[in-house]
Amino acid sequence: MNRGLLFLPFAVFVAITVVFWVGLGIEDKSSLPSPLIGQPFPEFELGVVEDGRILTTTDLEGKPALVNVWATWCPTCKAEHAFLNALSDEDIRIIGINYKDDLDKARQWLADYGNPYAYNLSDPDGSLGIELGVYGAPETFLIDSTGVIRAKHIGDLNPVVWETLGETFRGLK
Amino acid sequence: MIRVMAALFVLAMSTAASAVIDGHKYPFDDPEDAERFAALAEELRCPKCQNQNLADSNAPVAADLRNKVYELMQDGKSDQEVVDYLVARYGDFVRYTPPFRLDTVLLWLGPLLLFLAGLALVRRTRQHQAAGIAELTEEEQARLESLKRESSESANENPDDQYQKLDKDKT
Repeated sequence: MNRGLLFLPFAVFVAITVVFWVGLGIEDKSSLPSPLIGQPFPEFELGVVEDGRILTTTDLEGKPALVNVWATWCPTCKAEHAFLNALSDEDIRIIGINYKDDLDKARQWLADYGNPYAYNLSDPDGSLGIELGVYGAPETFLIDSTGVIRAKHIGDLNPVVWETLGETFRGLK
Repeated sequence: MIRVMAALFVLAMSTAASAVIDGHKYPFDDPEDAERFAALAEELRCPKCQNQNLADSNAPVAADLRNKVYELMQDGKSDQEVVDYLVARYGDFVRYTPPFRLDTVLLWLGPLLLFLAGLALVRRTRQHQAAGIAELTEEEQARLESLKRESSESANENPDDQYQKLDKDKT
């Protein structure tokens, strides 16, 4: 028998180890690719947290924006809030979706921590969340001036994330 | 007996015209629809807790998606339409059965390929072994016969002597 064949099980073991190492280690399983990239923002008709006026999908158009899904029950949202305030200071248009939250708590939050949002859409039952494929907060969508979703980030926004995401955002028309 | 009755009870409950998941009741007029709902909740995956299906998971988003599936079914949507609705929003990930596409070919055919490779390897090894036995030359065959004869001749001798003899033959 060919002696080289004796090393075959070891070679297979090494190959499987490498595949699993790459597959389990590097790939970020917690962020799923969104099928909505390149699609127009889903239709909605929702009240605004700040003043109660009703807005629809067309109100998103006109200028590229970040659409940030947040809630007062979400600790990571609190962690990213300061960074959103900083982005807002740089004249970046941020639209909030207050996801499955209590209106009074949301208003209190904005009063306490500052309001970086152009406005916040209130989505108390999470129906717009389902349309957007939201499965956890915070999530942030990048939309262009025609209201088409161009990118999605799952998890908090921070300077490290913004290095690449901000590049994408500045490229939007 | 109690076990049998319990089993029958569970069986009877599962055919009732409503599905109960995580304490929430989903009533259906048609028992068949209740079964369809249960099957969909099994087949669809919770996007938050990634190794549970919608039926198992008690994550809020799983509850929302179960409600959505129920709502779509009440609207008369077919199983395929319900699945398509969720895939359009959450991606292929929400299905436990991945689609058969060019980028998933390896996923579907990989196990078969590995099995065939294993089969080929086993066959090759067997052939080699068979060939190895056949390769005994006439000379070797003659030596084997003489060794057999010697060993049967010395069968009544002290076993230790036998081994010594064999050792001598080798050198």
